[in-house]
Amino acid sequence: MHVERDFASLSDKALHDESLGEALDTVASVMPLIRNQALTQLEDFAAARERAREVRDEALNRLDYYLEQFEAQVLAMGGHVHWARDDHDACTIVARLCEEADAKLVTKSKSMVTEEIELAAALEQRGLEVVETDLGEYIIQLRGEKPSHILAPALHVTIPQVIDSFNTHHKIERDRPLEDTDQLLAEARAVLREKFINADVGITGANFLIAETGGVVVVTNEGNADLTASLPDTHIVVTGIEKVVPTMDDAGLMLRLLARSAIGQRLSNYTSFFHGPRREGDTAGPSAFHVVLVDNGRSDMLGSELQDMLRCIRCSACINHCPVYTAIGGHAYGSVYPGPMGAVLSPGFADLDSARHLPNASTFCGRCEEVCPVAIPIPKLLRHWRTQEFSRHLRPRSERFGLGFWAWINGRPTLYRFVQRVSAGILRRLSVAEGAGRWIRRLPGPGAGWTRHRDLQAPAAKSFQAQWRAQNRDSRK
Amino acid sequence: MSEADPAPMKSVSRGKRVGLLATCLVDAFRPNAGFAAVKLLEQAGYTVEVPAQGCCGQPNFNGGDEPGARQMALSIIQTFAQFDFVVVPSCSCAAMIRVHYPELFPDDAEVAALAAKTWELTSFLVDVAQVEAVDAALDATIVLHDSCSGLRELNIREQPRALLAGVRGLQQKEPANPDVCCGFGGTFCVKYPDISARIAAKKMADLQTAGPCDALVSTDLGCLLHLGGSLHREGSELRVLHIAEVLAGMTDNEEAD
Repeated sequence: MHVERDFASLSDKALHDESLGEALDTVASVMPLIRNQALTQLEDFAAARERAREVRDEALNRLDYYLEQFEAQVLAMGGHVHWARDDHDACTIVARLCEEADAKLVTKSKSMVTEEIELAAALEQRGLEVVETDLGEYIIQLRGEKPSHILAPALHVTIPQVIDSFNTHHKIERDRPLEDTDQLLAEARAVLREKFINADVGITGANFLIAETGGVVVVTNEGNADLTASLPDTHIVVTGIEKVVPTMDDAGLMLRLLARSAIGQRLSNYTSFFHGPRREGDTAGPSAFHVVLVDNGRSDMLGSELQDMLRCIRCSACINHCPVYTAIGGHAYGSVYPGPMGAVLSPGFADLDSARHLPNASTFCGRCEEVCPVAIPIPKLLRHWRTQEFSRHLRPRSERFGLGFWAWINGRPTLYRFVQRVSAGILRRLSVAEGAGRWIRRLPGPGAGWTRHRDLQAPAAKSFQAQWRAQNRDSRK
Repeated sequence: MSEADPAPMKSVSRGKRVGLLATCLVDAFRPNAGFAAVKLLEQAGYTVEVPAQGCCGQPNFNGGDEPGARQMALSIIQTFAQFDFVVVPSCSCAAMIRVHYPELFPDDAEVAALAAKTWELTSFLVDVAQVEAVDAALDATIVLHDSCSGLRELNIREQPRALLAGVRGLQQKEPANPDVCCGFGGTFCVKYPDISARIAAKKMADLQTAGPCDALVSTDLGCLLHLGGSLHREGSELRVLHIAEVLAGMTDNEEAD
């Protein structure tokens, strides 16, 4: 997986994007409300969450067993299962399947794994026409962009920008100019319908794989996955090896938590269970059914401290509740997986060096863990990466030096007191008396980060401990 | 420091020794909050001591420097093992000891014992000392800022509100989105100052929804220095008070020097 390294300039750009800021403010104010409402309708969210955690842990602890069970069931239904070690493997397998199907046009429903492995680009390189059919994903495909949210990929795009894209890319005569969302929807529907009908191969992701039935569960709110999967003669499912759950009942539980956590729905508009290719007597459905199971770094997380992250069901609750994501949006993370979940996954799927900013760009406020429907200890996992970065010397020298000095001087109380007294004196000399307090408006060096946006209240002339010692010496209690 | 005049309180607590971990920020920036904490603990009937102390190691722990964090933790453990309770006027520093020391030293009985007897100040007063009302008055309208560590690591939400409700003349207001981070995040605020400032701006807007207030109050001085500094830069007149200062009736000399 590819991660843009330049977090600083990407986040800076995002902070200056006003329309993005408005979209993110809406996410921050609306999504927690509707999630909360939907979850309070559940009889006992805490119990459901605990059960969901157990289901995912069971699947991960015996992943080999459940994947083989899933594979056997798919084979028994006449489908095929392919194992891809990494993104390159996965793209090669899918390209070969498309070639075998003699495909020219491929439709896709939204899938984060196919974004992760950059499948669309790989297929286009081989001369295929690839069309995204989720509306948001379709819009960013026209714009040549990456998703900025795992559920709402075009969150950052404004309506006028969509109108622009449609005007540029749709070669159709209209009786009046594009203006409102209804028109945009109607036009996208008309264009995409044509693609649905003519596609040779349909590619979907999977929200869950059911080991006991060999079923593939896909949820959408637009129904595009059903058209993608059912109309072409070949259906290829591309998903991560961690998506398996043991039973149909387990899938039911996960679905109830997924839709509520994601967008406050009791159930997604469309929830489809795909079981193999068309059977004899079926009037519709693909004749070829393939599942490509992608590892791409996942098995390295198994058995490590990061295994908890593999429980993730991609609901985006952590993203919607993150103060950092809702300040800078998804593109700033430089990864198709943004926000807290992405900051844990990206270093694992790509490499820690390119993704090194992401685990650090967190205030550790813990809201991500609190809202996670499968109770992933995200701050702890972010800290795991920080610890790796520190021990592998990936942090800036100034930071290593600062932390090292802090630990060192804390082991030398006399020196600490001296340095504290001297620096308090210097800071107070830099400060200006205002009302009851003394304030510093501008600091050099490492303090500049503070005073760029805030004033600093001057430290006390004499520390609490120094005052305490002086008083106790005077009064001897 | 105002004259400590221990009120006659619960006999169970009388004589029990509390070690106060003042925290680096209170030590350097707000000694008055430290003395306020001492006063509150003495009023509740405890004997308070302030042993010579350093940092709990939180910056190093969160910065990925586990060896450094362990070294600092060991010093705190040695210093504070002798007390019946360790009380900390900060949720994040208290959580460092209560929640994270056992992660740094798994299966260590001494560390587990220290973690179990370490409390954030307001939580200690309510949950352990069972203080129902403090003896303080402040004629002011305040808005309370919750600490993320308090909410999500220590289950502290009602304790500060309950104690503030007992301050005579005090009006408490709630901001919008009280469970959202203010953007301080320890070293985060200097590593990513622009993002931190954006989050602070949203927090300041949320604080405004509480209506006109005289002071912003919190359990954690980190949030207060960050928000106070941001407010001051904007020209706001809102005072910033540590909750210990309010509860101890020591708000007149908060800029102590």
